[in-house]
Amino acid sequence: MSFWEYANPVKFLKLSGTVLPYFSVFAALMIISGLCWGFFFTPDDYKQGATVKILYVHVPAAFVAINAWFMMLIASIIWLVRRHHVSALAAKAAAPIGVAMTIIGLVTGALWGQPMWGTWWEWDPKLTSFLILFLFYIGYIALWSAVEDPDSAADLTSILCIVGSVFAVLSRYATVFWNQGLHQDASLSVDKEEHVADVFYYPLLVVMAGFVLLFIALVLLNTRSEIMTRRASALLARRKV
Amino acid sequence: MIALIFRDLRIAIRVGGGFGLSLAFFFIIVIFFPFAIGPNLELLSKVAPGTLWIGALLACLLSLERIFALDFEDGTLDLLATSPLPLEGVVMAKALVHWLTTGLPLVFISPFLGILLGLQNISVLFLVMSLLLGTPALSIIGTFGAALTAGMKRGGLLLSLLVLPLYIPTLIFGAEAARRGIEGFEIQSSILLLLGVTLLSWAILPFAAASVLRINLR
Repeated sequence: MSFWEYANPVKFLKLSGTVLPYFSVFAALMIISGLCWGFFFTPDDYKQGATVKILYVHVPAAFVAINAWFMMLIASIIWLVRRHHVSALAAKAAAPIGVAMTIIGLVTGALWGQPMWGTWWEWDPKLTSFLILFLFYIGYIALWSAVEDPDSAADLTSILCIVGSVFAVLSRYATVFWNQGLHQDASLSVDKEEHVADVFYYPLLVVMAGFVLLFIALVLLNTRSEIMTRRASALLARRKV
Repeated sequence: MIALIFRDLRIAIRVGGGFGLSLAFFFIIVIFFPFAIGPNLELLSKVAPGTLWIGALLACLLSLERIFALDFEDGTLDLLATSPLPLEGVVMAKALVHWLTTGLPLVFISPFLGILLGLQNISVLFLVMSLLLGTPALSIIGTFGAALTAGMKRGGLLLSLLVLPLYIPTLIFGAEAARRGIEGFEIQSSILLLLGVTLLSWAILPFAAASVLRINLR
């Protein structure tokens, strides 16, 4: 019994079919309870007032947006090394979710920035690198949809993902070099000294866990539908012959 | 490899090879900026490094599709792939020729365009230096993008969508180096970072581009 058994699409479908409802329900529960906790049962910030509550959507979305790319990177490498189709499809499935999360992060950030910094947009390193991440996602998705042969598409996008990761990290440091910004440094680091106060921290953790679960559920769902689409097209092709 | 470089250079320079097209494009883009922004030399000299960098980037982009398209169509690329020369070498030769026919001429005419945009004598030098160090990176990154879209019928738009995000670090460091030099700040760190991006691209991208080409030739 090894992890790689689930590279078999049939086994993957079976397992993901059983766990998917649990992930979805838990994701919904945690997001709803975390948001309720955050919105109604925490005090307003003494400087930022009620706007600090945007934090509960902004930070988890940004967190998932970045880590979705890492997940795609790992899935791409697994596809290149071990040629498991499920892995390639999972990478494909994660990209649109990453885009959605990036947009959520950018929009909530703008809504938060307007009252706090007095501007919707600022060319600050974090904001800029998020915009750049968005561009990388778009290129990746465009390449997937442009190549007809599914195996070549998986290969090409995997290599693009790896090269893109190197350049995304470079761009991240380039933007820091280019403009020191408004964002505070790591507020959620393990180092207790400087992160946000506990009242805000615990509900945030719950929502973040909820977003991660939501991400997993959506990736499973998308991967399942990709597998089924591929099966359907294989059946159609067989009938034509 | 040297023979390949000379062959590609000959093709590029002969009539219909497109040599000079991207140069003319660069020229037009840059002289269009005053039309858009207004003839105020003070303002123009401020945006000059950025303008020239954007112009160089777009001119590079325009000529990328040609790197592999013709060779892919008439089968030359298949022959090259089966030749004793490793595909990585082919990629490097192609990128080098692209730089010699696009990047290097851009560097040569950039001082004149810089003067048109109101840059003073010394500051033009910083611009030329940043372009000289940065355009090789544009060529090799572009070659990777061209390899990705080699097999496609209409890859042009997709190619720019894929390549432009990869150009971001080069653009930032290059334009920053030129700007800092012109405004009289220290430029060593940005020049070194720009050089680092160029060398890193030349070190890793030939392998990526070659593996992508192998997939497209399958």
